[in-house]
Amino acid sequence: MRESVVYDLTNLPPHGLGTASLTWWGTLAFMLIEGTGFALSIVVYLYLMSLTPQWPLNAPPPDLLAGTVLTVLLVASLLPNILIARWAREQDLPKVRIGLIVMSLFGAAPLTPRFFEFSAMHIKWDQNAYGSIVWVMLGLHTTHILTDLIETLVLTCLMFSRHGDNPRRFGDVSDNAMYWNFVVATWLPMYVCLYWAPRL
Amino acid sequence: MMGRRGDEDLRDTAMDEPELDRRLTAIWSTPAGVWGTLSTVDHKTIGRRYIVTAFIFLALGGMLALAMRLQLSQPEARFIGPDRYNQIFTMHGTNMMFLFAVPVMEAVAVYLVPLMVGTRNIAFPRLNAFSYWIYLAGGMLLWIAFAVDAGPDAGWFAYVPLSGPEYAAGKRADIWAQMITFTEVSALAVAVEIVVTVFKQRAPGMSLDRIPLFVWSMLVTSFLVILAMPAIMIASTALILDRLVGTHFFNPAEGGDVLLWQHLFWFFGHPEVYIIFLPAVGMVSTIVATFTRRPVFGYLAMVMALIATGVLAFGLWVHHMFVAGLPRLGESFFTASSMVIAIPAGLQIFCWLATMWAGRPVFKTPFLFVIGFVVIFVIGGLTGVMVASVPFDTQVHDTYFVVAHFHYVLVGGAVFPLLGAIYYWFPKMTGRMMSETLGRWIFSLIFTGFNLTFFPMHILGLQGMPRRIYTYQPEMPWSGVNMFISLSAVILAAGFLLFFIDVIRSAKSGSAAPANPWGASTLEWATASPPPSYNFGRLPVVGSLEPLSDNPETLPVATGLSVNRRELVVTSLVEALPQARESSPGNSIWPLWSALATTAMLIWSIFTPWAVVWGSIPVAITLVGWFWPKGVPEDDS
Amino acid sequence: LDPGGAAAIHIEHLIIGVVAVCTAIWILVMIVLGWALLRDHSQESGRSGERQLTLTVTAGLGATVLIITGLTIASFYTTRSIGLPENASLTIVVKGQQWWWQVIYADPDPAFSFQTANEIHIPVGQDVRIQLESADVVHSFWVPNLAGKQDLVPGRSNSIVLRAERPGVYRGQCAEFCGMQHSHMAMMIIAEEPALYQRWLAAQRSDGVKATNPEASAGMAAFLSKPCAACHTVRGTPASGTTGPDLTHVGSRQTIAAGLFETSRGSLAAWIADPQTLKPGNNMPMVPLTSAELRDISAYMESLK
Ligand code: HEO
Ligand code: HEM
Ligand SMILES: [Cu+2]
Repeated sequence: MRESVVYDLTNLPPHGLGTASLTWWGTLAFMLIEGTGFALSIVVYLYLMSLTPQWPLNAPPPDLLAGTVLTVLLVASLLPNILIARWAREQDLPKVRIGLIVMSLFGAAPLTPRFFEFSAMHIKWDQNAYGSIVWVMLGLHTTHILTDLIETLVLTCLMFSRHGDNPRRFGDVSDNAMYWNFVVATWLPMYVCLYWAPRL
Repeated sequence: MMGRRGDEDLRDTAMDEPELDRRLTAIWSTPAGVWGTLSTVDHKTIGRRYIVTAFIFLALGGMLALAMRLQLSQPEARFIGPDRYNQIFTMHGTNMMFLFAVPVMEAVAVYLVPLMVGTRNIAFPRLNAFSYWIYLAGGMLLWIAFAVDAGPDAGWFAYVPLSGPEYAAGKRADIWAQMITFTEVSALAVAVEIVVTVFKQRAPGMSLDRIPLFVWSMLVTSFLVILAMPAIMIASTALILDRLVGTHFFNPAEGGDVLLWQHLFWFFGHPEVYIIFLPAVGMVSTIVATFTRRPVFGYLAMVMALIATGVLAFGLWVHHMFVAGLPRLGESFFTASSMVIAIPAGLQIFCWLATMWAGRPVFKTPFLFVIGFVVIFVIGGLTGVMVASVPFDTQVHDTYFVVAHFHYVLVGGAVFPLLGAIYYWFPKMTGRMMSETLGRWIFSLIFTGFNLTFFPMHILGLQGMPRRIYTYQPEMPWSGVNMFISLSAVILAAGFLLFFIDVIRSAKSGSAAPANPWGASTLEWATASPPPSYNFGRLPVVGSLEPLSDNPETLPVATGLSVNRRELVVTSLVEALPQARESSPGNSIWPLWSALATTAMLIWSIFTPWAVVWGSIPVAITLVGWFWPKGVPEDDS
Repeated sequence: LDPGGAAAIHIEHLIIGVVAVCTAIWILVMIVLGWALLRDHSQESGRSGERQLTLTVTAGLGATVLIITGLTIASFYTTRSIGLPENASLTIVVKGQQWWWQVIYADPDPAFSFQTANEIHIPVGQDVRIQLESADVVHSFWVPNLAGKQDLVPGRSNSIVLRAERPGVYRGQCAEFCGMQHSHMAMMIIAEEPALYQRWLAAQRSDGVKATNPEASAGMAAFLSKPCAACHTVRGTPASGTTGPDLTHVGSRQTIAAGLFETSRGSLAAWIADPQTLKPGNNMPMVPLTSAELRDISAYMESLK
């Protein structure tokens, strides 16, 4: 088949950012998958709750402290997270480096209150279905925090390496920031569900 | 920034064909040898592998089906004992649904979608390689378990508590549940790739209303995968936890619930059947258009029907649980919603019929399979409408009537279009034609064999024969029909056997295929058969729904891409206006290492929960290896 | 497909109607398909043809909407006309077990309550509520000639209404896959005139008959001394196991092993001698017996009318 040239792409940028980037859309799609998973875990919680007259099953409602501290930490982390996204867009390497370190700390910090959250539930996973679902929900979200933390750490190393100053890396940083927003956003309904639903 | 001297930013603009081909081949092709085979990320190679693997699972599943038919041919036969029989039907269902039907559709899409939208590789090609390895590992896990008598035996939907810690000793149910994890991970990965490929990698000018119907169907399917599979992931994880660490999700004695499993399973399971069916719809539309020599009647209606089916698919799951004792009023709602599905399904059938009426049909083998599809699928769809009625279903649920229904829709609605698709795209994939004479024989055998095998099952069901029984008593009035079915299954099997023979023969020595043997109008036919590693020398530019029929002699193309790195174009979501040149990752062995690490972790975790902790370390390492920039032009732009 | 119960009759009407409608639709689609493919395609239809097609497709769609609305309404009315459990005069508890049916006729007076297995007697012409429970996994209670099916779900209690219009023996079976011997989990519903039914009730309420002939008494002694009594109950004797079916009146039942064999001394003996070969995987172990013991026990079982 003969070809006839009708379009010239020469002047396009060599790399897409934001909605012109494939990874951005890929991240979005994975967020959709995980979001569905989290939503379903909340549905399972509410479903089990609807089956019994007494909820929580054979346990007092969870203590609020650890979960609330964690929530506050997560919400507070949104500020540097938004900043780092902006710096990444501006391709400001020094600021992004600092931001990544801050975000690594903010990623690690919630793990401490999370550790105490499990005991604050006053129930073990193998005692009854209530215990099972709260442990699984906390576990799921912990994995969520952990994976993003590892990603942030790897990115931090990258940005301090010779691969750092590169538009593609800045794109990765802002995708990572978007993902962290999502980690925080999924927690909020879970927090309400885990800590306040049993007090209704 | 890496010094690449003179041709630093060499573009294809002024290059002549042979030079362009030489340079593109140099950067896109897969190196020969084992290492190249294991590290390739070419969507065509992976797609072909995926298809072949899925067809091997089809053949294996078919053999299990024959074994079942042997056992059921006579009352109280003793060819196969109850324990083995239960493994066999569970394996057959699980294998056919999770290892054949879903993956084969994705496999075809992995091969075709990038070609049809006119790009050079699928989005996230390494993820694509990873997903194939994971799929292969999951399939092998299941079949090796079966070979050592540890095959799952609680049915393909593994209802608790039969599959739970108390009634399913051993590792059989864990293997089932973990196999689910493997296939879901791979299916989700492919779904993400397809969504992003379709959203962002369409050829310039391919606006939403110029997307081929097969691509539309795969887009909707991928969204179904993304939204439905998490439900089964949660379910199978909860099952494994119940079995391994003593949680109580499904234990009524401790506040759990047996029906929770059924809800979660079918919330996935019903969309699953459309995940299988919608791609087939896309194949049918493509084949109908080509062999009636006109575009499909009612493009917009077809797209709407696809989307409507996708949305409705999430509102029907309870129709699999009509006799589980849920409130009657709720069930009536699900009767109505299940019936509503007939509207988009009917719309599609009517549009195809209108296309055939208005076009000039050419009766080649792919089209024969499509005609067979219409005949069979309408029966299956109508029996679906029958079982959607609660009182009707209370009689036929879990009988051979349902077995007949779903084989009519699965085989008639998905396998027939698939076989047609193989005949249709085989020349593109291999550069060789399949035999037209044999094709007619194969079609006749499969069509006749299928109907003779499965139609009588409706009658058995109405006579009260339950499904999943390894034998029945001579007093029951079922023996004659069962013998008939078993004999007919031999005809069906002969048809499939001939099909496999024809595929192997044609791949070796079929007549050579031109670039566009059927005179089709979609972009995959604009390149050679089989396509070069880079798909298109210059990326096509699309001006209509039928790019090749507007002007069959010349292809409008775009220039200006770099020939120094794997490069393709990112376009906007709606209009497909070019937004950026983008690099596409090169071959890498890391997806294989990641898949191996993941496999080790998942299988290990059948035995101890600590596997998740320790096993995720190698997974993390391989992932970092995968993503760490290697200093090649694709990584550093 | 020979309905003998009210619910089954309603459903049969629905089935015949729906199948007829769907067959008609299929034939119509096939005619259109044949016509579309085989008509003379030489003349071009052009623009007006396209409009005509649009109209036809829209008409087909309209018809589809109407038909499914009709079918939904028909289905809904059939559901409505099938008996509601609230109006039943008699309740029987059926508990699914791997792989047999435990049948409990509960009475406020414990002396009047009794259990049997795999055989349910009901009076003709009355709504009988069957309360469905499960001891282990999900089963499904299905007597095709009397009514549709209903699952027995562990942790939940479902119910279904049976109403036999004429006397007879109706075969039922488990319809939800429940493990190894799902295939051999049948039961008999015996619908009889109320007078006969009352007689049967009275007989069932009594204790197991005392062994009268020497063979049966020897059998009873063996039954009580061997592991049999650990799993089975025979009221009026010390045997009060609950793992297996209640055997108080086993000799009066039509079948043994959940519909596997007709009750006879021979089939009882065969079963007791080797349950695992006859029904592989079932929960009754093979109890080693001498041939004399086996003969005596079978005689005893048969005498438990
Ligand atoms: C490819 C797979 C596939 C497809 C496409 C369908 C399509 C449909 N299915 Fe089926 N199904 C599929 C696969 C299965 N179904 C099942 C079971 C199942 C059950 C539960 C039965 C039971 O367990 O008792 C119901 C109620 C339905 C309903 C339907 C309906 C209403 C449709 C509709 O989508 C059909 C729509 C099509 C029609 C109607 C024909 C074309 C329309 C025309 C010509 C217009 C005119 C029509 C009218 C006016 C009515 N299905 C099971 C069993 C799972 C198991 O238990 O193991 C499987 C695997
Ligand atoms: C090719 C010829 C085929 C034959 C002869 C065949 C035969 C059968 C039979 C006899 C059963 C019922 C087993 C029982 O209830 O005891 C069955 C179940 C099933 N088949 Fe097929 N089948 C074939 C192809 C397929 C295909 C292609 C698919 C999917 C795409 C499929 C999917 C299923 C499923 C999901 C079940 C249910 C398994 C279960 O009950 O757990 N079959 N098949
Ligand atoms: Cu369904």
